Amino acid sequence: MTTIAANPGDLHAHDDHDADHKPGFFARWFMSTNHKDIGTLYLIFAITAGIIGGAISGLMRLELAQPGVQYLGQWATWLSGTEASWDQALHMWNVLITAHGLIMVFFMVMPAIIGGFGNWFVPLMIGAPDMAFPRMNNISFWLTVVAFIMLLGSTFVPGGSGLGAGTGWTVYAPLSTSGSPGPAVDMAIFSLHLAGAASILGAVNFITTIFNMRAPGMTLHKMPLFVWSVLVTAFLLLLALPVLAAAITMLLVDRNFGGAFFDAASGGDPILYQHLFWFFGHPEVYIMILPGFGIISQIVSTFSKKPVFGYLGMAYAMVAIGVVGFVVWAHHMFTIGMSVEMKMYFTAATMVIAVPTGIKIFSWIATMWGGSVSFKTPMVWAMGFIFMFTVGGVTGVVLANGGLDDNLHDTYYVVAHFHYVLSLGAVFSLFAGFYYWFGKMSGRHLSEALGHLHFWTFFIGVNVLFFPMHFLGNQGMPRRIPDYNGAYAYWNEVASWGYAIMGVGVIIFFVNVAYAFIGGRKAEGNYWGEGATTLEWTLSSPPPFHQFETLPVIK
Amino acid sequence: MNILNKILAICGLLMLTVSAQAAAPQAPAVAADVPAVASEAPAADSAAPTAASDGSLPGYTPMDATTAEVVGKPHDKGLDYQQQYTDNGQTAYEISYWVNWLIAAISIFVLALLFWVIIRFNRRANPVPSKTTHNTFIEVVWTLVPVLILLAIAYPSLNLLAKQFKPAPENAVTIKATGYQWYWTYTYPDHGGFEIVSNMLKEEGDVAKGERFRTDADGPNQLAVDNRMVVPAGVPIRFQTTAADVIHSFAVPSLWFKLDSVPGRLNEKALTINKPGLYYGQCSELCGVRHGYMPITVEALPPAEFAAWVKAQGGKMPAELKAEADAKAAADKAAADKAAAEAEAAKAAPAADAAPAATDNAEAADAAATN
Repeated sequence: MTTIAANPGDLHAHDDHDADHKPGFFARWFMSTNHKDIGTLYLIFAITAGIIGGAISGLMRLELAQPGVQYLGQWATWLSGTEASWDQALHMWNVLITAHGLIMVFFMVMPAIIGGFGNWFVPLMIGAPDMAFPRMNNISFWLTVVAFIMLLGSTFVPGGSGLGAGTGWTVYAPLSTSGSPGPAVDMAIFSLHLAGAASILGAVNFITTIFNMRAPGMTLHKMPLFVWSVLVTAFLLLLALPVLAAAITMLLVDRNFGGAFFDAASGGDPILYQHLFWFFGHPEVYIMILPGFGIISQIVSTFSKKPVFGYLGMAYAMVAIGVVGFVVWAHHMFTIGMSVEMKMYFTAATMVIAVPTGIKIFSWIATMWGGSVSFKTPMVWAMGFIFMFTVGGVTGVVLANGGLDDNLHDTYYVVAHFHYVLSLGAVFSLFAGFYYWFGKMSGRHLSEALGHLHFWTFFIGVNVLFFPMHFLGNQGMPRRIPDYNGAYAYWNEVASWGYAIMGVGVIIFFVNVAYAFIGGRKAEGNYWGEGATTLEWTLSSPPPFHQFETLPVIK
Repeated sequence: MNILNKILAICGLLMLTVSAQAAAPQAPAVAADVPAVASEAPAADSAAPTAASDGSLPGYTPMDATTAEVVGKPHDKGLDYQQQYTDNGQTAYEISYWVNWLIAAISIFVLALLFWVIIRFNRRANPVPSKTTHNTFIEVVWTLVPVLILLAIAYPSLNLLAKQFKPAPENAVTIKATGYQWYWTYTYPDHGGFEIVSNMLKEEGDVAKGERFRTDADGPNQLAVDNRMVVPAGVPIRFQTTAADVIHSFAVPSLWFKLDSVPGRLNEKALTINKPGLYYGQCSELCGVRHGYMPITVEALPPAEFAAWVKAQGGKMPAELKAEADAKAAADKAAADKAAAEAEAAKAAPAADAAPAATDNAEAADAAATN
């Protein structure tokens, strides 16, 4: 017991661990235990996955631009190397929608917002030298990479009617069991297992870090809201992902070992899978958006030069959203034929979520109210987020009503709704965070002008892309179809043009990043000035390889 | 007739297997005990329309989508919901209508606040930020007002749910839809249990010569089917649905109606269509490669025409079936009475060592009499 060194550094004197010492390239990026480097890896990974997932949605918008099936046959032929049949062409469509969903959820938004920004800024904001379990942090990242390779690989193996998994990201049984022979769906399931395991390890790491490694004086009620948001998210991950793991393991058993969990003919129940999936799936949507809430809170406060209005309300609104988020899952299943009592309960419970969400929207506006607001790029994205998330939120109130949902369920209205909260919510918060922290992470400034240009192009693009989908849904166009009646042609074409505008916005973004690395101004420690009060702004940009060797004290 | 139909059904199955690689196939046309319709007898040439070319039968001509009084379908560049033709659909439409105005108002309110911030609280207009971080009153207001708004939505919304779940009355017409990869069948258990197989009609360029293709009379592209789900208008329907392979979903937007078809479950919902007409929908749960190609066409007919259609399908109206069942029951009872009387007579016979066969008969007759 007495062998513990008074100063741990004494034990490793020969290691030469001063702040500026960096390992060699391979050791630094492939065996990393540094939260900032792992965060950077996550961001690079997420951007790569985002390019792939975004390109897939481009293929989808290209096919949907006109009625009829124009391109799927060519793509399926290209993928398999042999002339594709009609069914193989249509299977290609299902592979695209499945891949787009899984990539954007598990390999773009989650790695970027939790793995990327969470890793980078949770330790910095709480005044910790690193994450609690640096090696576990590393394995979280590399498991995610393997999971992604596994998912991409599934596209090249048989999945029933053609190559790849065509079950939709929800992987509903029995389409995913008896309906999809071949190894593709198994590979996709293993991919989710690995990604899920990675996220659970990450969640354990964040919870431990936030509970145990806060700088002296930083009580829970003094933590920045971004840290609060990651803490709540980590608990959602920890509680929801094991349920997904169980559900998809049962799928594997049904598929490969004669199981009957979801096979009605043998006494199983396909609806059981949906309950398990959405018990995970609904918290999952808050997993994607809560850290975004945290980022927006930091940005709004910084650029208004005011502390966040109603801090405790904001923190506990997130806790409330997290808790209530676990008891509303069956609104994703309103048309399964549930009892009236169940449908009424899930209608009412779902509407309750609008209350804490409303508190957050109004508190952000109240934070700006009376402030001295400067409209730098991150703030413009944050304001875009607030409005777009409101639009996505209120259409959620419509869908929450089981009786109204009967008409809109599984139509493009739902697609519009969840792209407003995710593609215009979570993604706007990601861009806001990127513009806010890029200088801190890289030591270089992005161009303000290009940033604003990126915002406006992207903002117009995604609205032209997704707003007409409300109309398509109102008119009854089902989701997940490659071809449609001519009456739906007009708004589909408009949406596809919206995608093109958005694509230009994304190109401007990459030009901006390239500009920053080539000719961007050097960033000082606190480049946003007096409004930026959290601990990361007390450090240089980029921060030293190891920070807070002397812990900061919070008054 | 039965054997012929079985052969036809088997041929259909074979064709299905053979043509699996071709474009959307015709499913086996009919179940065993129903007269063959439509696709079983392709027209030899494009001369005068035969029974097969437009799905008409003796006593029934399919409703013409170009002249039908009511056609529930999507409209070009449409923004709004499809017009509704059920009472519950109308109620839901009205609720949605004002909820949409409400959410538009909320969004505009938030946008207006953001604009006010941009105008009034920008760096130049307000160089010194206030220090306010709390205001209990305003926080209570923005918690309670949304609660009140939600209650205002929840009350009619839950009422609507209660109405939608009102069970069909005893005398409702039962119709069962079964989802298959990738077509629907409609069974009419109250009318002799015949079954209609409903496939999407392909476009003129996509079918072999002589095969039936979609015309405007059938309905819109990708929504029209060869054999429609024919129902009586103005009469409560007990709609049931299930699936044979994977999950499908029966959805008709102009009836505000969607119910999943799940293997191993029989989902049921009441439906009353107010007006005769055609109502188009599509499968609304991802069910494999041809998910986008299994549309639904509901043809609502005045009850008398519906009865004629049932007859054309070889089915019988419930009254007929009941009369037949009554007659059969009466005949059965008479037979049982006769057997019982014979048994009595046998018992009464003096021979103590009656043949075992006679005893068996007597027991059978007793059982019959008890029933």
